[in-house]
Amino acid sequence: MSAVTPWGLLAEFEDVPSLLHASQAVREAGYTRWDAHTPFPVHGLNDAMGLAPTRLPLVVFAAGLTGCSSFLLLQWWTNAVDYAFNISGKPFFSIPANIPVTFEGTILLAAITAFVGMLVANKLPHWYHPVFKSSRFARATNDRFFISIERADPSFDPVATRSLLEAAGAVVVEELED
Amino acid sequence: MSFLNTPEPIDNTWERPGERPPLTTPEQTFTTVTDTVCGIVENPKPPRAWWIALGVSLSLLGLFGAMIVYLLFTGIGVWGVNNPVGWGFAIVNLVFWIGIGHAGTLISAILFLFRQKWRTAVNRFAEAMTIFAVACAGVFPSIHVGRAWVLHWFFPVPNQMDMWPNFRSPLLWDLIAIATYLTVSLMFWYMGLIPDLATLRDRAKSKVRQIAYGIPALGWRGSNRHWLRFERAYLLLAGLATPLVLSVHSVVSFDFATSQLPGWHTTIFPPYFVAGAVFGGFAMVALLIIPSRELFGLKQLITIRHIENMNKIMLLTGSLVGYAYAMEFFIAWYSGNSFETFAFLNRAFGPYAWAYWIMIGCNVIAPQFFWSKRLRTSPWFAFGIVALINVGMWFERYVIIVTSLSRDFLPSSWEYYSPTWVDGLTLLGSFGLFFTLFLLFVRFLPMIAMAEIKTVMPAADAHQADHKPLGDYWGDFPQGRAERSRWRASVGLEAKGDNKLPAGSRFDPPADQDSEEVTS
Repeated sequence: MSAVTPWGLLAEFEDVPSLLHASQAVREAGYTRWDAHTPFPVHGLNDAMGLAPTRLPLVVFAAGLTGCSSFLLLQWWTNAVDYAFNISGKPFFSIPANIPVTFEGTILLAAITAFVGMLVANKLPHWYHPVFKSSRFARATNDRFFISIERADPSFDPVATRSLLEAAGAVVVEELED
Repeated sequence: MSFLNTPEPIDNTWERPGERPPLTTPEQTFTTVTDTVCGIVENPKPPRAWWIALGVSLSLLGLFGAMIVYLLFTGIGVWGVNNPVGWGFAIVNLVFWIGIGHAGTLISAILFLFRQKWRTAVNRFAEAMTIFAVACAGVFPSIHVGRAWVLHWFFPVPNQMDMWPNFRSPLLWDLIAIATYLTVSLMFWYMGLIPDLATLRDRAKSKVRQIAYGIPALGWRGSNRHWLRFERAYLLLAGLATPLVLSVHSVVSFDFATSQLPGWHTTIFPPYFVAGAVFGGFAMVALLIIPSRELFGLKQLITIRHIENMNKIMLLTGSLVGYAYAMEFFIAWYSGNSFETFAFLNRAFGPYAWAYWIMIGCNVIAPQFFWSKRLRTSPWFAFGIVALINVGMWFERYVIIVTSLSRDFLPSSWEYYSPTWVDGLTLLGSFGLFFTLFLLFVRFLPMIAMAEIKTVMPAADAHQADHKPLGDYWGDFPQGRAERSRWRASVGLEAKGDNKLPAGSRFDPPADQDSEEVTS
């Protein structure tokens, strides 16, 4: 067994108002490498943490455009260029007859990108994380709220950070190991 | 069977001006929601009714498999399809199941965009049902093609004929639409499941459960940096799924509407099919949810108001469908086209009149009972109605497909269609596939979206103390007639039906009210 390396602090909060209050306090104290853990998306927490909006919508829009053009191109190339076959005198390629498939392709690629993009941006799957070592943390997916601050944060100080969290209303603050 | 009719824990079906009704019973907390929903999955012994239902479903699933094997080894001749009626039961069942598959995405996407928060209690259920219904739907065209082993010819992949699929054909549009719908619905469903799978992982008592739920939970740790992107992706998927769900049944209707056949060649088909799909889909959700909330004790989360809301949607869409039936008749007459006129008169009064009037009775007349508040808030009465609606929606597709095909332009090519025993047992068997998947779902996955339902609970709102008088989803809720009229008198509402509050009443919003909307 190698020696344990300390990772940071984990603070537990009982309800939404105290979590929001504490998040504001941690942000104002200048921390950057920290996170809040909640059982459901808490309204107002993004502002309290000062999180920037995600660029996911732009990526999804680009994927939608790609889906639209590639499915249109696919239909044109397969039915009008590579193997043109005459079906009841219909034109080999015309926009109206090719709209339904183009539309579905747009949605398909955009939706896959929204889902996969969310996972990639969140670095999921990520089955191991130091917070899982805390037995209290099991309630983060049930009914309790947590803030974790990493030791790697430039503002981190074992004593000052702990007292900040305690002053902000944490019921328990514990040390986490990596 | 008194255990199937326990009293409703809350009556939240009446409207109180200026307030929103609570969506859970008042004593619910985050902890009780988790315990209630996970308790069903963690219970080592499922209810006896579950075992019985699973036994029946598995037998039907076996029957389904046997019928498909018989069909594949013998040929399409074992079905009742004949020369004019080439589509028969297989396509009726396809449209029936794909229609049922519409309510899930409607609830999860469209109601989400409209901020209908009551959806949180029923969306997981409905999405699961969607996926299983689409799976059932997918089987029928695959076996109807006759040579199921060359199904890949549908897809733009190189094949032994060195040909590409014909993208100008509505049948191919249909395939692509359904495949897209299944993929997007699966992603939407699974994404919503991730936080709830993490809850089950964290509550797991055994290593096996921890690993079984832990792997699909992807290491979700409720990080708010993750929630930010999760919520954005969820909104994007809802925005993408909304036009998708409307397009899928429109494309299914193109299979008919782009043909020349009298009774099919109509422009009303896309909206009419979508309304019918929503109607039939909600009927199936209600059919599953009414017994489930009794059996699994979920009445405090899926309240009577949820049932009422679904019944109202069925009343609306059922009436839309009724309007479409009437409009088809009108246009048949107004067009002056004798083939079209004949097709519709033949539907109502010809050899398939029995099917037509079953359709009218179940789809147009049955939901009209929901105008009565008393009836639409009685779950078991509603159960009977939604069962009828499911029958009616199946017959709608039967009427559309069979009547038009069996009597087209030339009387010399008319023929009556009669299904065979293989047709009937295959349809029955598809219910086996649907219910087997559904029963496994309620046993092993959380059937209510816990993380979502927690967002609409009072304790999720940090400002609850500031606008409590507005009573957004909480507050004391007067129960019973006498208490309600006392409450109405206390805020100055004297006359019955008078819903406008006098100025300065205690339910008026304060002037500096926090205008921020709580988003789920």
